[in-house]
Amino acid sequence: MKKEAAQTLRAFVVELVIYAVLVVAYFFLVLHFLGEGLQQLEKNHRYAYAGIAILLMIGQAVLLQNVTTFLLRLIRGRAE
Amino acid sequence: MFFPISGAHVSPIYLIVVGFVIGILGGFFGVGGSFIAGPALRAVGLDWNFAVGTDLAHIVGKSVVAVRQHRAFGNVDLRLGFIMAFGTIGGAEIGAQLIQMLKRAGNVNLVVSIVSIAVYVSISTFMIWESGKTLAAKKPMPPATAKGNKKDHSAFMHVTRAIQRLKLPPMIELPTSGVTISLWIILLVAFIGGLFSGFLGGGAGYIRMPSMVYVLGIPTHLAVGTDLFEIIISASYGTFSHAVKGNVDILIALVMHTGAAIGAQIGAISTQYFAGPKIRLAFVPLPLIGAAIVIYTLVTGHKL
Repeated sequence: MKKEAAQTLRAFVVELVIYAVLVVAYFFLVLHFLGEGLQQLEKNHRYAYAGIAILLMIGQAVLLQNVTTFLLRLIRGRAE
Repeated sequence: MFFPISGAHVSPIYLIVVGFVIGILGGFFGVGGSFIAGPALRAVGLDWNFAVGTDLAHIVGKSVVAVRQHRAFGNVDLRLGFIMAFGTIGGAEIGAQLIQMLKRAGNVNLVVSIVSIAVYVSISTFMIWESGKTLAAKKPMPPATAKGNKKDHSAFMHVTRAIQRLKLPPMIELPTSGVTISLWIILLVAFIGGLFSGFLGGGAGYIRMPSMVYVLGIPTHLAVGTDLFEIIISASYGTFSHAVKGNVDILIALVMHTGAAIGAQIGAISTQYFAGPKIRLAFVPLPLIGAAIVIYTLVTGHKL
């Protein structure tokens, strides 16, 4: 049990490190390019902005969950 | 980091940490976490309107992650969630109208503060009593497993059963939750949750989750997952409404959500290691934190 818990914790820490690198890359690449376009949309087309905001949020949620699940599977697979 | 939509300078690490903490709470308890996110965004200089709208947007994303995880464990009753969404949206609209009425009367802050303190403290007191009594009376049930064993017990079960026996047609069968109950009772519970959401702000998960357990008789694990599913619908509605009014900085919400995505998964997975009454007992401090924030605001005059 202790061995299993240690393995899970190790996998989680490795996942966090990889995840942190991906998130930083995400900030600089995606948000940087999205920022200006979204700002213009928010100023000029509020309804479109509202719809895109929700879609972006849901899209990111699905994407990040898939990334974390994939990472966890990959790391656990290697640890075993 | 500069966020051009709200014109705010906020550290992304701060946003990720706040998102992570709220994600864990949301995944574990089925709440939106506005009582932490709102003040946390205010604390870094975001205007109150942006704090509320942006928080709602982030709640949508966090709830999507948590619901997908809870769904994998069989903890989401989709039929119940869809029905409740109607009641919640109706209640939220009425709650918002009440706020407008109180604004015109000029005593909105005092009334909302007193009502919210009374509600928060009552919920916590009741849940301490009920979960404590349940844990003391019976040998605690084993934690829920991914497949089955969602059954729950509560010291309040006799009242729940009496409510379930009310045959007000149409009766709705909820096979996932193992409950058959009148549509009107489901809508009433959702409406009251929505009313508090519109009146006090946030998603009002601190009211909806306990009422799903105690009034509708939904097992705690399913109440958490279904509440989150329902929050996706009502928070999306709220986000759209706030975004149209210019109250949402989606870039801040996206950054917060990168932390919340991990936190929500941890929270959702953690529910599998705890029995229902223990989750309810651990829930108790959340409304009290909300009450403490309101008391602080009332006494000092500073909005957190």
